Amino acid sequence: MTKETLLNAVLLCLLLAVPLIAWVSDEPFIITLTTRAVIFAIAGIGLNFALGFGGLVSLGHAVFFGIGGYVMGILAYHAQTYTPLMEWPFAVEGTKSMLIVWPVAVVVSGLAALAIGALSLRTTGVYFIMITLAFGQMLYYFTISWSTYGGEDGLSIYVRNTFPGLNTMDPIQFFAICYVLLLIVLIGVHCAARSSFGLMLRAAKQNEERVQAVGQGPYRLYLIAFTISGAITGLAGALFADLNRFVSPTMLSWHTSGEIMVFVILGGVGRVFGPVAGAALFILLEHSLGGLSEYWHIYLGAILLGVVLFARGGLYGLLAGREVAHD
Amino acid sequence: MIDSILETRGLTKRFGGLVASKAISLDLRQGEIHALIGPNGAGKSTLIKQIAGGLQPDEGSVHFDGKDVSKLSTAARARLGMGRTFQISSLAMEYTVLQNVVLGALGHRGNVFWFFNNVMKDAELLETADAALTKVGLEDFRNFRASDLSHGQRRQLEVAVALTLDPKAFLMDEPMAGLGAEGSQQLIGFLDTLRHQAPILLIEHDMDAVFSLADRVSVLVYGEIIATGTVDDIRTNSDVRNAYLGEEGAA
Repeated sequence: MTKETLLNAVLLCLLLAVPLIAWVSDEPFIITLTTRAVIFAIAGIGLNFALGFGGLVSLGHAVFFGIGGYVMGILAYHAQTYTPLMEWPFAVEGTKSMLIVWPVAVVVSGLAALAIGALSLRTTGVYFIMITLAFGQMLYYFTISWSTYGGEDGLSIYVRNTFPGLNTMDPIQFFAICYVLLLIVLIGVHCAARSSFGLMLRAAKQNEERVQAVGQGPYRLYLIAFTISGAITGLAGALFADLNRFVSPTMLSWHTSGEIMVFVILGGVGRVFGPVAGAALFILLEHSLGGLSEYWHIYLGAILLGVVLFARGGLYGLLAGREVAHD
Repeated sequence: MIDSILETRGLTKRFGGLVASKAISLDLRQGEIHALIGPNGAGKSTLIKQIAGGLQPDEGSVHFDGKDVSKLSTAARARLGMGRTFQISSLAMEYTVLQNVVLGALGHRGNVFWFFNNVMKDAELLETADAALTKVGLEDFRNFRASDLSHGQRRQLEVAVALTLDPKAFLMDEPMAGLGAEGSQQLIGFLDTLRHQAPILLIEHDMDAVFSLADRVSVLVYGEIIATGTVDDIRTNSDVRNAYLGEEGAA
């Protein structure tokens, strides 16, 4: 067993053990906190697919996080107010079923990523960062002025969406749902990373010229990676909105994009489990430092600086060393 | 009509006032090594970029395997069978030697959009990859990272990746650069046998290599081909002596 697999196992066990202990000792707040970490981890895994595997530095991933959130919010809002989502050309009702909300969130945010990626990927480097940021701001201000769905105040949802056989309002049950989704996403991304597509995509990140010389166009690789990336982050957004039973334009703000990027960098860019470690550490810091001072972000900034300067591979680079190229 | 796999017709490329390629017409025939020599700044790299893609000529066209490929992307030309090696090693440096050759084999096979296979366990790709590594003599280094290889080994790996593409023609940009005497000799021996698999357009500074390998030599000076012929023709050509060999002799 490599150090990395060991670290993965420890991380997953910790993420499971903490809420279970909290459940036994009746501390629902800790469960909710861990659920947040799990959801942020999924969002980070999404960004990591583009950033870590494809080298696409997107500063607009809050868009997909927010779209996932609004998909959940809008569907639930129509369901709780018993108003149809639309009547023409065909009637669509809102829904409170997670099994419908998730695929819709994944598809809608994936399509948004496809459209934004198709335009943004014509640029590279700092221009790519700026254009993704610009799309982010565009949608952010759109949601602020979208009065049908609360505008700046956002949308409140009275009860969580439903999952057959579970009481989703019970924190530990909702946690279990998110945790299982995290595992599914991790397995999928792990497979994709070592697949034909993964090999070619990660080669394009290292050297586009090489990929072209073996007969493949980087643009298509990037576009598909960006789409998958947006779809995963969108799923996280739907869960996040469900966790808080609230969705607002803040989810789409560029601070959120920055935070998602922090998860990835803290954990280790390009490592499948990196964002999980990053998100967990972020929540841990937020919780512990937040207790010390209102200005805890200063300490977070210092830690991030340390990671970027001294541990470029993030937590995973520090603890597990360089990635084992293949087994 | 001699059977040529690659042909340029009147390629002209200007950068502002500088004419980097001046009506260049050359061809690469089956089974030959056609060497392209010329002093630094003669426009060799500009020419190979127009042939392999990545740089559009202002005038003229590139024909490959009977098709006009002037408008095709680099990737599309590679798929048609141009196997290129780069002057400065252009590998996936974080990958192992084996991953680099599997990458080549995968690019050639296509079907890149598989998301749930384990590509490093694909028997078909591994077979192609291992065969290429054995040919260039890197089979003992398959688990080394490309970044940990010596300069010479990277040159070998470049050639191995090109081999996995099973190309119809090789475009090799200074494969001997920085190889050292022994390494050069090995590669010369290897290229000598390779020409029967696919013809090679060889850009090379190493005159010993050129004169011992090439069936034909073209001399590029200031963006213009001043002579094309057999090694003996070129050795005795007075223009070439003045423009190029003389210059080197004087240096």
